[in-house]
Amino acid sequence: MDDSRPTGSPYAPHTDEERAAMLEVIGTDTVTELFDVPSAVRFDDEFGIDARSERETRRFVRSILERNDDLVELLGRGHYGYYVPSLVDHLADRSEYLTSYTQYQPEVSQGFLQALFEYQSLLVELTGLEVANCSMYDAATALGEAATLADRVRETSGTRVLVPDLLREGRRGTLENYVAGTDLSIETYPTADATVDLAALEDAVDEDVVMLYAENPTVRGTIEERLADVATLATDAEALFVLGSDPIALSLLERPADVGADVVVGDASVLGLPTSYGMGLGLFATREDYLRQVPGRLVGASEDATDRRAFTLTLQTREQHIRRERATSNICTNQAWVALRTAMHAAVLGPDGLVELATRGVTRARDLAAELDELEGVTAPVHDRHHLREFVVDVDQAATDVAGALEQRGYAVHVVGEHELQICVAGVPEETLGQFSEEFAEVVR
Amino acid sequence: MTDDRVRYDQARYVEDGQYEPLLSQKDLTRVEIGNGNDADDAATAGETAAVDSPLPDDLTRDSLELPALSEPELARHYTRLSQMIYGIDSGPYPLGSCTMKYNPKFTEDVAAFPSAAVHPDRSERSIQGTLEVLYRLQDYLGRIGGMDAVTLQPPAGAAGEFVGIRVAAAYHEYNGEGHRDEVIVPESAHGTNFATAALGGYDVVSLPSDDAGRVDLDALEAALSENTAALMLTNPNTLGLFERDIEVIAEMVHDVGGLLYYDGANLNALLGRARPGDMGFDVMHYNVHKTFATPHGGGGPGAGPVGVVEDLEPFLPAPRVRKAGADDESDAASAGRTYELFDPDNTIGKVHGYQGNWLVLLKAFAYIARLGDAGLTDASAMAVLNANYLASQIEYEVPYEPFHHEFVASAGEQDAADVAKRMLDYGVHPPTTKWPEIVPEALMTEPTEVESKATLDRLAGAFNAVAEEDDETLADAPERTAARRIDQTTAARNPRLSWHALEESSGQ
Ligand SMILES: Cc1ncc(COP(=O)(O)O)c(C=O)c1O
Repeated sequence: MDDSRPTGSPYAPHTDEERAAMLEVIGTDTVTELFDVPSAVRFDDEFGIDARSERETRRFVRSILERNDDLVELLGRGHYGYYVPSLVDHLADRSEYLTSYTQYQPEVSQGFLQALFEYQSLLVELTGLEVANCSMYDAATALGEAATLADRVRETSGTRVLVPDLLREGRRGTLENYVAGTDLSIETYPTADATVDLAALEDAVDEDVVMLYAENPTVRGTIEERLADVATLATDAEALFVLGSDPIALSLLERPADVGADVVVGDASVLGLPTSYGMGLGLFATREDYLRQVPGRLVGASEDATDRRAFTLTLQTREQHIRRERATSNICTNQAWVALRTAMHAAVLGPDGLVELATRGVTRARDLAAELDELEGVTAPVHDRHHLREFVVDVDQAATDVAGALEQRGYAVHVVGEHELQICVAGVPEETLGQFSEEFAEVVR
Repeated sequence: MTDDRVRYDQARYVEDGQYEPLLSQKDLTRVEIGNGNDADDAATAGETAAVDSPLPDDLTRDSLELPALSEPELARHYTRLSQMIYGIDSGPYPLGSCTMKYNPKFTEDVAAFPSAAVHPDRSERSIQGTLEVLYRLQDYLGRIGGMDAVTLQPPAGAAGEFVGIRVAAAYHEYNGEGHRDEVIVPESAHGTNFATAALGGYDVVSLPSDDAGRVDLDALEAALSENTAALMLTNPNTLGLFERDIEVIAEMVHDVGGLLYYDGANLNALLGRARPGDMGFDVMHYNVHKTFATPHGGGGPGAGPVGVVEDLEPFLPAPRVRKAGADDESDAASAGRTYELFDPDNTIGKVHGYQGNWLVLLKAFAYIARLGDAGLTDASAMAVLNANYLASQIEYEVPYEPFHHEFVASAGEQDAADVAKRMLDYGVHPPTTKWPEIVPEALMTEPTEVESKATLDRLAGAFNAVAEEDDETLADAPERTAARRIDQTTAARNPRLSWHALEESSGQ
């Protein structure tokens, strides 16, 4: 590749002679004549964007990104930086995966369809629910889609959607936008010690509730202990019980089908993507009863003309390109390639690897919390619960001061209250956790 | 028919009479999870293993059953699967409306810079690089579309449409015009336009086109009213035609107090030639996986940033990025910030949990920075040249002209879907079929700027060969692909959506 700046698109292969030959065949003198744009709306100016060689572009982008500080991130609350095995990058980056699109021609897309079928199967195993689609955009939009599904399938005239008061603003706000076109309204129910306050929830639930949402683990890293009771409250009100989780948590925690979940949503990219500034993969699984109301793409098995098993997108009459304004969702382009990465990561780990990864999230969080709890003026964990990968710490000082001092030492943690920090161990090597714990001790001393 | 066709021969791995087996057919291992399991005992039990859980049993699942395979086995599995996929790097991919242009390799390297891997809850001070990329991309897109403000949050085109519709709703509500309950969508529009308007709670008014394939001004006049919230258009439209009356259309929509929405799917036709903002559009989405060459990834991820005119800026999703110090410069400087996040005054809130598909946005930023004015303008020129040249070389009729980056041919007496299947046998990807419906048996074809004359000739050869073939040949196609024609009816009638379902149906 030469290092010169492009004078045209570097990815358009035409030579001058070819351009001329093509124009001659078409019967015009210039390319400009091919544009049927009235002069009043023609753009005769420049954007003012310089062209660069490939090498210059890389240097340019790198020089900007280098302004990001290199911190050890003990951050979670819905987005995690687990280690992604090299196999995932190398194989998912094969250009057949990267440069194909939605499998409208399944006969030349079997490989991707099969990988997505395997992804769906992974989620079916993890959730115990019969149907999983092959992606929504992220956890927040998947939650929004769950609410519109609840709106479509509800058997009551109710309009209330109940979510925990701890729900992250990104998810809550997205949910609000998704239901804006329905008559649903979002209300919160209280939590106690960072888990569902069952008594308060019972008071909040009535027959007007169409959907009840809980997360396991919660955004504070706590593990719910009464999910089956929450499900019963929902069922008694003829409401859908929607559970938020992720594939690593689901490898260890109670199986959603066993606690009575109707829909499972969440971020599946905890497997497959490293920290990506919040980019995710919306997990969406539900019971077979709602199959025809599922949003997004579904891959199914069939046979080809030689009777060999083959895969195809199926039940497309739910989708926007066929059903238009009566579609179950407006989603078209989705997160298929991330789903491929998630499936690959899960395959590399295998069932024991998955369970061990989740288990480490429990023990490492527990151990680190215990260490910090030894420090004077520090309480960890704040919540008297079991935790997965993260926990809240109470400090005597202002939390922002402690977080600021830690950042100076190269560590990023969440500030979640005036005196509360949240610390996540996901993806952080054990030695680093040890160093962090020492530095933390110095900061709060 | 001679058999010297150029062909893209796909690796067809077959084992036990089937294409590459499922992972679950290679292995399934059940891991028992328990407090106080005797791990050694279970490990000897072949396909089961046990893991000791640090949690009480009533908080954990009992077991997990998934394939346990070695890395070399997995490398082969995913390599074989990739060999059964046709991508842009395999050959021409003229899927109309999808802008399947070449995805520059270097953008993958850029997205993999370790400095790009940051958590969204980091302090703004510590991620100035990420914020600067976002700021500059907002600025690039604003200039390219002629828009005053841009949000990068929507994760795809349809999500961008949804932001546009929600912004329109918020704007009308703010002006005391919350009664507006209709969104007008041309009959020939993409399905997402209809679905998005419906998701936003609007009644969809569908607009027929005139005989020339453009917006019918009389029909528009009839459709517009004080209930119109917005008109959604793409320009060039899905026939590739420029809406010549766009200024009149904008005036008509604005006269009744509605907003004009630009579906950016076809922006590749106009880069550097015309801008939605200059045509009178109030709000638009950019489809970066089309126009700005980020990989389609087998269906996604994409990104659908939204640009708006000044009046709509306060309603954009939160947060956006700006130069720090808009409120208090010294404060920002002392806090070590050049760029900062802020919430627009009357924001519609969130449409994604965080800030959208960051890695995709980063690739789009790198693409625009590489091409610059010269490259972007040339991209649209060559895309339009290629479409016109290809159309001139194919025997199928193209009823609507003058088109730009794409054209819609008619398969005439043939079934467009069968034509597509048969084209696969010639080693090319077929066009989008049966849409827009205004052209009978539509073959919506968009070669993009990345194809050479030689490739276009080959592509035309595939069209023309199929045009000569009989219905039976078409119905039996494809015959040279990794899998033969797949039975859609069985798939839908008896949905088997996981390997669990396959086992059940085979009676195991
Ligand atoms: C004309 C048109 N509008 C909207 C969309 C939706 O965009 P996306 O698939 O990114 O959601 C598409 C593409 O698929 C399209 O072709």
